[in-house]
Amino acid sequence: MRESRGRSSSEGRGGRAGDKKDDKKRTLFRRRKVCKFCADKIDDINYKDVKLLGPFVPERGKILPRRISGTCATHQRKLQTAIKRARQLALIPYVTE
Amino acid sequence: MSQVRQYELIYVVASDATDQQITELHTQVEEITGRYSGTLDKTENWGRRKLAYEIGPHKEGTYVLELISGSGELMKEIDRRLRVSDQVIRHLTVRVDEENRVIERARALRKEDSQRRRVARGLPPERQPGEGPQRTDDDDDRFGGDVEEGI
Repeated sequence: MRESRGRSSSEGRGGRAGDKKDDKKRTLFRRRKVCKFCADKIDDINYKDVKLLGPFVPERGKILPRRISGTCATHQRKLQTAIKRARQLALIPYVTE
Repeated sequence: MSQVRQYELIYVVASDATDQQITELHTQVEEITGRYSGTLDKTENWGRRKLAYEIGPHKEGTYVLELISGSGELMKEIDRRLRVSDQVIRHLTVRVDEENRVIERARALRKEDSQRRRVARGLPPERQPGEGPQRTDDDDDRFGGDVEEGI
């Protein structure tokens, strides 16, 4: 059951008619999240690169949590440092009302 | 014994400072670096930028980046001087030599690995132009993709 969730994107496409439960169907639609930095092979998460950090700092100014962005632990940690440094230099806001 | 390390220094100068004052600050940094027998590797002026939030009366600032090799005492002195200065509204010093080393090592390892695997598959070690799947920017649907899977 757990496993099928991970491979949902490849299995879900066929839309098999044999799906019994409604709630199983829903989990099939969930896309598996991938760490952007692992996928694009970005080694250097730099606080000067506001464009790179931008998508991880939503409207309100908070750091986007891992469970939403799908970033891996290593890269989230580096991202966190970078964002905090950028905030000190007023490149990224602390809060926006 | 003081070790030579590489630091990155960024300071934000108030927008009402003249170009001459900015150059003056730069010469000050240069002078301190020389006094502590460090070297100034690179200077970059980002020009005037809007600040993400207001700092006191300031809404804009001129960002200057300096790459300095030297001892910790040198950076301490520069830090002290910038703290005292009226025109500098923010500054930040980051040690970069170790991080750069880690990044380079990761890159080298990845390259080596890919070459080894390519050779094992009987391909030339370097990727040839026009080889493999051609990706465009539109392919990247991991963020903000509006296409729902499985419908």
